[in-house]
Amino acid sequence: MTTPAIRVENLSKLFTLHNQGATVIPVFEALELAVYPGECVVLAGDSGVGKSTLMRTIYGNYLPSGGGVHVLHDGAPVDITRAAAHTVLDIRRRTLGYVSQFLRVIPRISTIDLVIEPLLENGVPADEARARAVALLNALRLPQAHWDLPPSTFSGGEQQRVNIARSFIREYPVLLLDEPTASLDAANRAIVVDLIKAALAKGAAMVGIFHDLDVRDAVATRLFNVTEFKAVA
Amino acid sequence: MSEAVMLEAEAGAEAGAEAGVDAPLLRVANLTKMYGRITGCLDVSFDMRSGEVLGIVGESGSGKTTLLNCISGKLAPTSGSIAFDARRHGLTDIYALSEPDRRRMQREDWGFVHQNPRDGLRMRVSGGANVAEPLMNLGQRHYGAMRQATSDWLARVELDLKRVDDKPRNFSGGMQQRIQIARNLIHNPRLVFMDEPTGGLDVSVQARLLDLLRELVRDLGLAAIIVTHDMAVARLMADRLMVMKDGRVVETGLADQVLDDPQHPYTQLLVSSVLQI
Repeated sequence: MTTPAIRVENLSKLFTLHNQGATVIPVFEALELAVYPGECVVLAGDSGVGKSTLMRTIYGNYLPSGGGVHVLHDGAPVDITRAAAHTVLDIRRRTLGYVSQFLRVIPRISTIDLVIEPLLENGVPADEARARAVALLNALRLPQAHWDLPPSTFSGGEQQRVNIARSFIREYPVLLLDEPTASLDAANRAIVVDLIKAALAKGAAMVGIFHDLDVRDAVATRLFNVTEFKAVA
Repeated sequence: MSEAVMLEAEAGAEAGAEAGVDAPLLRVANLTKMYGRITGCLDVSFDMRSGEVLGIVGESGSGKTTLLNCISGKLAPTSGSIAFDARRHGLTDIYALSEPDRRRMQREDWGFVHQNPRDGLRMRVSGGANVAEPLMNLGQRHYGAMRQATSDWLARVELDLKRVDDKPRNFSGGMQQRIQIARNLIHNPRLVFMDEPTGGLDVSVQARLLDLLRELVRDLGLAAIIVTHDMAVARLMADRLMVMKDGRVVETGLADQVLDDPQHPYTQLLVSSVLQI
């Protein structure tokens, strides 16, 4: 058996809100999950059960209360929850992509510059990066008139496609997808589904959250129910 | 500065780039600064690597500027040590160097971008001369080469070359800040200190300047320490954050993790107090 691209081990998470009477909000505990290359594991469970929290913990964005998350990086598993900051950033730069529902970027930077940024960070020459961005933005049917504009005034669906372009321009071996199609129409959803399937066929490992059942059924290789690991208050 | 550490640093340099990757560029250990009985900063320790951007956040009076001044050699600490991997000396305690050696190291290896450009620029000489001066101070005498480097840098920070002979006071605040940035990067420093670099600017100018700084840091592989009270600036610029309160570091970690999942009560308060628009 190959090494999993992500191995979540005995993971628990609770939030302590110190400024609200030290309220403790337990989320999940003893959570175990392994994701292999070519798999798209879709997180299931009701709203508030901790799907996004799990995703963010896998990304190193949230700090777990216990356990670890081993991400296959340069052929060896690295516990992203305990790695030094520069290691986490290197994992994110080269191995682990994240598509969120929202586009959070520096204001006033043009769309095309935002899309090529992940390539420039990886040392791809600017010309080649631009060519790849143009191809991807065309595939995502983002009008060419938009490319030189910053995306802050775009519609929700347009912003989301910029976000998707930023993540799919690099062929990350591991991808986290948090509702990447939430504000897209049917035609654009289909395009994103194709992008996801193409990445899976190339051996990417993915964890996703999709509330749209059609998209979920189109891309999921299996479901993972977060509710089973719900921590008791 | 112990001999053992010096030898280790030399051995690291000889072992080549491979061994050098994990060597710290800066090592701050148990740094404390007291102003009489008043605490400036207390028992601060951290390492930095080249290419890393460290943000120091906290409200006014939390000790961030004291810490920055101690680390950048402007203010002798009460106790503790600051070791820096200088081109000339290897990893050395900066306060163990003689005054002239320390000043030379600061000129050669460091830059310091002040919040107020007036503190970092010479207001009586032209913008171009301000940018060229660090090269002159380092012994560069070839006028043509200096002129070339200066115009390259003015272009890089997107300043109009036609204005190279204007005095800083004739530039807007944002442009003065660009001159200050060029002046502090032209000599190819290894570490740049920035104290609220966009603090005095309109938000419209701030965004563009932050993008420029980010681009320069990425392209030059600079290490930078940025002091800011602005959480948005911290998120955009820093890889890693240190949160200070009453002179102590209360929380440290990956920048987005500290901002999105703060653990310490004070950090939670700080992050939840940011206004949303």
